[in-house]
Amino acid sequence: MNKQINQKAWLFVLPVFILVAFNALIPLMTVVNYSVQETFGDNVFFWSGLLWFQEVLTSERFQNALIRQLIFTFSILAIEIPLGVAIALTMPRKGPWVPVCLVLMALPLLIPWNVVGAMWNIFALPDIGLLGYTLNALGFDYNFTSQPGDAWFTLILMDVWHWTSLVVLLAYAGLVSIPDAFYQAAKIDGAGSWAIFRHIQLPKMKRVLTIAVLLRFMDSFMIYTEVSVLTGGGPGNSTTLLSIDLVKIALGQFDLGPAAAMSLIYFLIILLLSWVFYTVMMRNEDQ
Amino acid sequence: MLTWMAWTWPTALFFLFIITCLATLTVLELRYPGGDPRRGVFGLDTTRGDRLFISLLGSAYIFLAYLGFFGPPLWIPLAIALAWGFFVFRYV
Repeated sequence: MNKQINQKAWLFVLPVFILVAFNALIPLMTVVNYSVQETFGDNVFFWSGLLWFQEVLTSERFQNALIRQLIFTFSILAIEIPLGVAIALTMPRKGPWVPVCLVLMALPLLIPWNVVGAMWNIFALPDIGLLGYTLNALGFDYNFTSQPGDAWFTLILMDVWHWTSLVVLLAYAGLVSIPDAFYQAAKIDGAGSWAIFRHIQLPKMKRVLTIAVLLRFMDSFMIYTEVSVLTGGGPGNSTTLLSIDLVKIALGQFDLGPAAAMSLIYFLIILLLSWVFYTVMMRNEDQ
Repeated sequence: MLTWMAWTWPTALFFLFIITCLATLTVLELRYPGGDPRRGVFGLDTTRGDRLFISLLGSAYIFLAYLGFFGPPLWIPLAIALAWGFFVFRYV
């Protein structure tokens, strides 16, 4: 049967195009324009060419923020993805506990990001916070406001608490979509739980895990609010991730040109890494 | 009306280039539907659109790397980016 081509369908896509143009393309174009100019306000601009790009690329401040960002992102991915899958595997697939587990898992996702930062800030305070006080009472010298290692520990713990449930819910959705026939076949073959996980559950979860990795990668690479409220980028610059640094340059110093150049470099890094993740994971799926 | 966007001729030409690329792809797709899929030297399955994306993204990194290591002028990375684009469209 010949497929009928209906060009009218484009009319239905038009509102989305207009929306994307206004909320993404036009701001992006403006950022590109700003990145090659200098401004002192009042809508007056001076051409500066590629100076800001060169300045950002060679600045130690940007390089350090990028390294911190990469360490943060890969640390939370290394924890949240396996932990999320492990929790999803232990959740019930049938029975009255299913909705209870799902609601409990969804709860951290419903809390606004600035509230999460504020909660963890209070929770981890060494003198009055439950976490901080308990750790100090157990003999650990813990103070996230003055010790970089403790600030990193708290930051990663907060992100894991906030976002692992997203991975859990996605992995769970992948698990419940596996037909019982697969498990019955595995049982007949005498497969153990590891073999079932390795050869049935993991391959069937690949698509949702791809989405989970991409979402968590992009979100964590752009994280701002929680870190800003929890540590403000400190102590010193120890938790100044790319977005925190970018806001400091753009709004703190009002250096719009360098901030625009940094935004574009930041955007290109996210674009490349997302493409690499997606390509590698989809390639494995094809194989 | 568009003064707040701070347009310059070089950036306008840059976007015009991108729009021309996308328009060319649209015309090619209408003329030769299917996206011309193939498996290239890297073992990746790519369509015309993928190859344009890889060419542009690779070119952006070539320019940034040259700018970071050597600085302007950018004639050498321009030549490398063109060669990269040719390589991607021919072999990837």
